[in-house]
Amino acid sequence: MTQGTRTLISPAALARPRGKALYWTVFTSVVVLFALAFLFPVYWMATGALKSPDEVARTPPTLLPEHWHPGGYTDAWELMELPRHLGNTLVQAAGAWACQLVFCTAAAYSLSKLRPAFGKVVLGGILATLMVPAQALVVPKYLTVADLPLIHTSLLNDPLAIWLPAVANAFNLYLLKRFFDQLPREVLEAAEIDGAGKLRVLWSVVLPMSRPVLGVVSIFALVAVWQDFLWPLMVFSDTGKQPISVALVQLSQNVRLTVLIAAMVIASIPMVALFLVFQRHIIAGIGAGSTKG
Amino acid sequence: MTKTAERRPVAHPPVPPLPAPAPAGRRRRRLADQARAYGFLLGGLLCFALFSWYPAIRAVVISFQRYTPGSPPEWAGTANFTRVLDDPEFADAWRNTLTFTLLALLIGFAVPFVLALVLNELRHAKSFFHVVVYLPVMIPPVVSALLWKWFYDPGAGLANEALRLLHLPTSNWTNGTDTALVSLVLVATWANMGGTVLVYLAALRSIPGELYEAAELDGANLLQRVRHVTIPQTRFVILMLMLLQIIATMQVFTEPFVITGGGPENSTVTVLYLIYKYAFLYNDFGGACALSVMLLVLLGAFSALYLRLTRTEGDT
Repeated sequence: MTQGTRTLISPAALARPRGKALYWTVFTSVVVLFALAFLFPVYWMATGALKSPDEVARTPPTLLPEHWHPGGYTDAWELMELPRHLGNTLVQAAGAWACQLVFCTAAAYSLSKLRPAFGKVVLGGILATLMVPAQALVVPKYLTVADLPLIHTSLLNDPLAIWLPAVANAFNLYLLKRFFDQLPREVLEAAEIDGAGKLRVLWSVVLPMSRPVLGVVSIFALVAVWQDFLWPLMVFSDTGKQPISVALVQLSQNVRLTVLIAAMVIASIPMVALFLVFQRHIIAGIGAGSTKG
Repeated sequence: MTKTAERRPVAHPPVPPLPAPAPAGRRRRRLADQARAYGFLLGGLLCFALFSWYPAIRAVVISFQRYTPGSPPEWAGTANFTRVLDDPEFADAWRNTLTFTLLALLIGFAVPFVLALVLNELRHAKSFFHVVVYLPVMIPPVVSALLWKWFYDPGAGLANEALRLLHLPTSNWTNGTDTALVSLVLVATWANMGGTVLVYLAALRSIPGELYEAAELDGANLLQRVRHVTIPQTRFVILMLMLLQIIATMQVFTEPFVITGGGPENSTVTVLYLIYKYAFLYNDFGGACALSVMLLVLLGAFSALYLRLTRTEGDT
């Protein structure tokens, strides 16, 4: 219990017996509300997958599975080919993350420290894409990916169709550039006087100093690919290459409800685990990023 | 090296000599610097050109073309626009999208704000609340959509079970033309509220406590303090989140696609869903691009407003 700064209600009012009683009433109701609204649906999903097909369709429903049927999970794993689709998602997310780290970092470093001619124009062009809502452009983007200009290659059904467009992320690039802008020029110049090339400066000086922002960008990059639906739905018509999000929807009609629910639980585990591990950073990042504007 | 040095005065006759005439070696080095700078920039620049700038231009171009992949496009004038405008689904899609946005704003703005206000007063289990409220955001949107589709099941769905438990009349949820859209708004709000709550919390924490003390000394009660201290102090964040939410919800696709498939009777078809249908069901890419351009213009205006507001506020 930390005594923070003064908020809406004064500490004095809370210290009074009536204030205390009211505080604990509100506190308990918020806990109950949160548990019902946010935790219960997740609990319902995780246990629904353990029920038998009859039990899950029964009214009134049972709060706990009468008999535990872990078969839902094993069926989902096998029938819906979850290892393959999870693997596809993993490849797509990891590649998008790597491409963003390499290309966005290099571009942000160039724009921030190497003063390219027309750098302002380029940055303006990149920031202008923030004004263009990504989803509204999916159709022309799809046509571009289906037939790349000049080289006339199709990236459809290829993870590159996720990796390369992921680099065109103005938000992450700008985040990196703003962070690099704040790095003291003297440190970078000192490294150059010691004979380090630009790449060496980036690798051994800039990147180690930029761990926090790299962490934020990494999480954003991974989450974005893992959660995306419309773009992979368009790009991967080949069932065997579909990520888990698309496969879940495509297969949802053809499997038993308990199997589908089990698959949904499995699909959620990686991101929820990532969140639980990095919750402090993620939550602090959301608060900090927003108040700075 | 000497050649360029000789040609220089010819190329720029009126330019007065530089105070310290740049030797050719320095210029070459500058060129090498530029080459290196662009070397670092190239990969990112190419991706932006290919997947952001080019598609934006192309959307406009194709919206005036008859376009089928594989065959050369033909100019079609405004035929795509008139065809799309004549489509009865067009009005449905826009009405649904605007209603969705409005409802999401009403529910998705008020509920998180009140929730953040209450959470900010609680002195225990803070990180528990933060984690729990953000948990649905980390569940893949497809999973939350499928999860709620199951909850909304008119038979054994949890939503009707809850109503029965409370002895309330059951609802058709996503199967009724008048309730389907609201049901989807509830899903979207449930899934996205966490982010909004956390942003509001950060904004509330930044309000100086003296303001509340001063207001209390002036005899302001709880509601007056909210009205005259909290809301003015967080006005900017509220406005930002509203705009961001408008931009996001105008592009809603996953929930209607997964839960209702646009039905019943087109009551949940959204603009983005219609774009998807034009492209992938009707194979009418010209029509899809015409719709995209319309959505783009509208959302671009909101985005411009958002960027302008963040800019001006950031400068002060």
